[in-house]
Amino acid sequence: MGEFKVHRVRFFNYVPSGIRCVAYNNQSNRLAVSRTDGTVEIYNLSANYFQEKFFPGHESRATEALCWAEGQRLFSAGLNGEIMEYDLQALNIKYAMDAFGGPIWSMAASPSGSQLLVGCEDGSVKLFQITPDKIQFERNFDRQKSRILSLSWHPSGTHIAAGSIDYISVFDVKSGSAVHKMIVDRQYMGVSKRKCIVWGVAFLSDGTIISVDSAGKVQFWDSATGTLVKSHLIANADVQSIAVADQEDSFVVGTAEGTVFHFQLVPVTSNSSEKQWVRTKPFQHHTHDVRTVAHSPTALISGGTDTHLVFRPLMEKVQVKNYDAALRKITFPHRCLISCSKKRQLLLFQFAHHLELWRLGSTVATGKNGDTLPLSKNADHLLHLKTKGPENIICSCISPCGSWIAYSTVSRFFLYRLNYEHDNISLKRVSKMPAFLRSALQILFSEDSTKLFVASNQGALHIVQLSGGSFKHLHAFQPQSGTVEAMCLLAVSPDGNWLAASGTSAGVHVYNVKQLKLHCTVPAYNFPVTAMAIAPNTNNLVIAHSDQQVFEYSIPDKQYTDWSRTVQKQGFHHLWLQRDTPITHISFHPKRPMHILLHDAYMFCIIDKSLPLPNDKTLLYNPFPPTNESDVVRRRTAHAFKISKIYKPLLFMDLLDERTLVAVERPLDDIIAQLPPPIKKKKFGT
Amino acid sequence: MAALEEEFTLSSVVLSAGPEGLLGVEQSDKTDQFLVTDSGRTVILYKVSDQKPLGSWSVKQGQIITCPAVCNFQTGEYVVVHDNKVLRIWNNEDVNLDKVFKATLSAEVYRILSVQGTEPLVLFKEGAVRGLEALLADPQQKIETVISDEEVIKWTKFFVVFRHPVLIFITEKHGNYFAYVQMFNSRILTKYTLLLGQDENSVIKSFTASVDRKFISLMSLSSDGCIYETLIPIRPADPGKNQSLVKSLLLKAVVSGNARNGVALTALDQDHVAVLGSPLAASKECLSVWNIKFQTLQTSKELPQGTSGQLWYYGEHLFMLHGKSLTVIPYKCEVSSLAGALGKLKHSQDPGTHVVSHFVNWETPQGCGLGFQNSEQSRRILRRRKIEVSLQPEVPPSKQLLSTIMKDSEKHIEVEVRKFLALKQTPDFHTVIGDTVTGLLERCKAEPSFYPRNCLMQLIQTHVLSYSLCPDLMEIALKKKDVQLLQLCLQQFPDIPESVTCACLKIFLSIGDDSLQETDVNMESVFDYSINSVHDEKMEEQTEILQNGFNPEEDKCNNCDQELNKKPQDETKESTSCPVVQKRAALLNAILHSAYSETFLLPHLKDIPAQHITLFLKYLYFLYLKCSENATMTLPGIHPPTLNQIMDWICLLLDANFTVVVMMPEAKRLLINLYKLVKSQISVYSELNKIEVSFRELQKLNQEKNNRGLYSIEVLELF
Repeated sequence: MGEFKVHRVRFFNYVPSGIRCVAYNNQSNRLAVSRTDGTVEIYNLSANYFQEKFFPGHESRATEALCWAEGQRLFSAGLNGEIMEYDLQALNIKYAMDAFGGPIWSMAASPSGSQLLVGCEDGSVKLFQITPDKIQFERNFDRQKSRILSLSWHPSGTHIAAGSIDYISVFDVKSGSAVHKMIVDRQYMGVSKRKCIVWGVAFLSDGTIISVDSAGKVQFWDSATGTLVKSHLIANADVQSIAVADQEDSFVVGTAEGTVFHFQLVPVTSNSSEKQWVRTKPFQHHTHDVRTVAHSPTALISGGTDTHLVFRPLMEKVQVKNYDAALRKITFPHRCLISCSKKRQLLLFQFAHHLELWRLGSTVATGKNGDTLPLSKNADHLLHLKTKGPENIICSCISPCGSWIAYSTVSRFFLYRLNYEHDNISLKRVSKMPAFLRSALQILFSEDSTKLFVASNQGALHIVQLSGGSFKHLHAFQPQSGTVEAMCLLAVSPDGNWLAASGTSAGVHVYNVKQLKLHCTVPAYNFPVTAMAIAPNTNNLVIAHSDQQVFEYSIPDKQYTDWSRTVQKQGFHHLWLQRDTPITHISFHPKRPMHILLHDAYMFCIIDKSLPLPNDKTLLYNPFPPTNESDVVRRRTAHAFKISKIYKPLLFMDLLDERTLVAVERPLDDIIAQLPPPIKKKKFGT
Repeated sequence: MAALEEEFTLSSVVLSAGPEGLLGVEQSDKTDQFLVTDSGRTVILYKVSDQKPLGSWSVKQGQIITCPAVCNFQTGEYVVVHDNKVLRIWNNEDVNLDKVFKATLSAEVYRILSVQGTEPLVLFKEGAVRGLEALLADPQQKIETVISDEEVIKWTKFFVVFRHPVLIFITEKHGNYFAYVQMFNSRILTKYTLLLGQDENSVIKSFTASVDRKFISLMSLSSDGCIYETLIPIRPADPGKNQSLVKSLLLKAVVSGNARNGVALTALDQDHVAVLGSPLAASKECLSVWNIKFQTLQTSKELPQGTSGQLWYYGEHLFMLHGKSLTVIPYKCEVSSLAGALGKLKHSQDPGTHVVSHFVNWETPQGCGLGFQNSEQSRRILRRRKIEVSLQPEVPPSKQLLSTIMKDSEKHIEVEVRKFLALKQTPDFHTVIGDTVTGLLERCKAEPSFYPRNCLMQLIQTHVLSYSLCPDLMEIALKKKDVQLLQLCLQQFPDIPESVTCACLKIFLSIGDDSLQETDVNMESVFDYSINSVHDEKMEEQTEILQNGFNPEEDKCNNCDQELNKKPQDETKESTSCPVVQKRAALLNAILHSAYSETFLLPHLKDIPAQHITLFLKYLYFLYLKCSENATMTLPGIHPPTLNQIMDWICLLLDANFTVVVMMPEAKRLLINLYKLVKSQISVYSELNKIEVSFRELQKLNQEKNNRGLYSIEVLELF
């Protein structure tokens, strides 16, 4: 199949930020996740848990609360005191509104979805009315003496529970006055702690309030009498989060020790109608604090400081063996953070607030499979480019020739010209960017580096001509009237004639760059596009979807290719379809038109279209080289998918030239080493 | 655990129940309400929870109801047949049966069958089946004859299996029984001949059936008082052909065969059946619930006023005619424990009425082995059964044996037991052995002079006994100080409690050497150490130094060493000669081999006198030394104690009795030796710990080799 020299890169020092909140939307089966850097990500659980949208973070915007209201509207609130609503179509922030109560610690949407409640640093609970296009302050509840850390509505919408420091208040929504105040015991394992912070409350329809606090307790209160009913001490550290199932028959709590506990309402004896809450299952999928939990109908979702988003399916709720039945740990973003200049062998790494440019090393040695070759030149760190301002970088790209770097934040677009003189590089910013190039969701250079394609968040696609040190705006493809959907993925053909752009839900649009018009639209598919690329010469567009399907569409013929039809007819190997990370990058071999190179986080695959497709009986992945088999056997067992799982977790893989690959790995151990130390737990014998 | 609750009578009104009893009790469309049809003219709707009738309907004088009223669950109407051919349909609002819908049919109806979810079926006396709707569309339609002349329908039941209605009815002709299974949807009627098995002249008194995915399990109560099970496939392998079904015995002698009154059988759930009848010929009638899986009686209730031999079961209620009134007994089956399932039978003290065995026989197939075979195969089985039957004498040997035990002399019993054991192992072997031992022990307790030792030995060696089956056995052996039997028990029983183990140990240590000489204990665990002890003596000094890699010379801090070295001869002598006689060693080895749990054993060990503890410790120490002479750290012999067992027991004994032992001057040397032993072990382990660090370093080096650093260029070949 081929022998490659692989540049195995592990110096991409990427550390995802910790997860702060998750909010599950039952209606659309989507999960919103906010991270400590203010990034908000939307995962589509129906589309194989694909991270379909994201909103870049902001240094001053620490999100403390996230919730869905009015069906599909997403709100967040944070320590800057603002409530924000996100535009899920245009992928920007609709508006931010100051609640005037100091930092906001908690937020909850009313059961009807029409009201929003925020708990503030100054002890106030503020009620907002959600109007069709904004939110409107309605009134304050009785001011409490310390910050409101958690809020929960009674399912009927008449009362709320608010967790504060050392006590829980119950408010009557109509009057806004506190009905009960329940003092939480400060005692912690017999020692009186300074304060007991109520990190989470949940109000059940039968009037029970469940609270979790910093003393490691899960407590059940009777809201009618304001009395403590039951107390479970479950951790030596804080219990930081709670989420209740819609049926109110189970709930989940997360502790600072990284443990997630499942509580279930079970009958006291079999056949008895009397039920009680029992701690049923502990899960330890996290090493650090579990800052937030969510309870979907079939799974427990947790996230925390260790940056993993964990979906733990409840086996009793899962009927069929499919994606939902498997434990899932999402650590890496489902988009590409790395771009590569093939000509100069450069890698551009995108971080939240800076870019790094590296030059790959070289070797003159040769070897056989598995050898590590001696380096004649090591990799160089050429450039460290810091952004200005507090906003996170959305996207970045280096041109194939290596002389342009472009990146964008929410409010600014930056283009740099790089000059190489021997070992020195000089960087010059191209100034006076036009106003429409304010913010980009995706940037791409053409193969000859003469054109720059920018997908702006207004849905327009801009083409910019680059020559010398200057640029010229050529054209803008405006979105079809009536749609505001932002384009997230771009692909350009190597001959520069075709540009493909894909949004989050609609089909892929293909534009003719020469004639500057829309050429065709690939039929929409149920699952979002995770990666796409246009093959050289044939101009076939290869599209990977989040359900692991791969399509090949001939742009000149405006139809799916025969190979793609064959694949669809026969279907992919079941193991291929069971992979749980999306394909994030597709590339082609310049000399072998039949090959498609693609990768996800755990494997790298070359699809050879000339070979027969594997059926479910054949071995999809054979890690061992064929040894003493005859050619006939080898030819008979050979199939189109050549898979390598040596490199993982694989964030980027591309072909530099015919015989050279670059693979960027990010070992989990390296990430863990950069996280703050977890709470030390005494283990046996230590 | 299945349980019958307090009974209650449905009404004080005496029903006009004829000698045949009631015509039927049927469910209505409301869960708590039941239709009771008496054998005269009346149908009454009862609400069971209120114990009162909700409605009552009668046919005209001169007419007689011939088929119990049922509820059409699809419409909520009630259907009844009077004078064999006249069908009446009415509902709750109707008052007079005369004025309700009437249809006269062309053939005589045997029964109307209705279950939830489908339309009612009408089964005619000639075996034809019609849906009620189809029949009402044309009441005078011609009804074909399915069964032959003189064939009479005895019983019928209607099921819904996977939403397909399945009807089964049993007919009888000249003492032969036939089962018809009608798949109502596909209109396939399959006829089976029920083979009665060994007892050809038995009459089936009552039927019941339950259904699972593939089979209808037809249970029948025969006149011999046994319950038989026949599995009838729902989907016949070969429809159209007349096939035979063999029955298998499910429960034996649940009711007396020649009872005056009728008997009835009803399946309650998968594992339970209710039987109505008198358990003994003379006794009163009884309602009993049996677990067929464990073949145990779960509960029973006496019905002194007699019944009509009819029993209905719906939901959680059993209905029967007790005396003259309709009685309801709620039945509950909650999740049960094994102990509960093992039987609620009272231990019958009366030696004459040894009706049911105490021991469950787990080996015999419980209705699952003898399924449906096609006719040829089943005939073959029958033939084989017949042969077996002819081989067995009228009184089975087990019963003979049991009666022998009660009366005869030890000698005779021994002969009988031997005879029984020589027989081929019968399916009820376990049970008989269990009963025999219990019987023997009871007699032992009653007559102090009676001690059939050889018998017991033989029975223990059958490997089927355990401590919990006959706790008295070891108790008696302990009382009689029968060390041989105790050793055997220790070897054979898996479940001896620690207190008994300890009691055995006490006896083994205290029994005099002279009395040991007389006994004949099993010596296979003991190796004759005295044979090569002379040879060992020369090696002694060396082996002690080399063992476990520990060199006592390095041991500097030991001031008692010198004291020890003063009498080197003593030491060698002490460690090389076995401190106990061989027979006692064999007994102690049996203790070492037995299973125990430390927590339970420790308190009992404290009761052993100090000199015995020392003796045992000395023996254990001796065994340890013998062990460490060997490179593999094992003792010679066929079944010797293992090193772990020896060490555990040393620890246990010291834990339990340290304060006592440490005060004894004669134990001092032993303790010092043990102390040295522990010390040597510690130093060995500390050496190992030191090595571990080096190993870890090596491992780390190995890992570093795999860790390629931040950047490398590698060669990858894809195949």
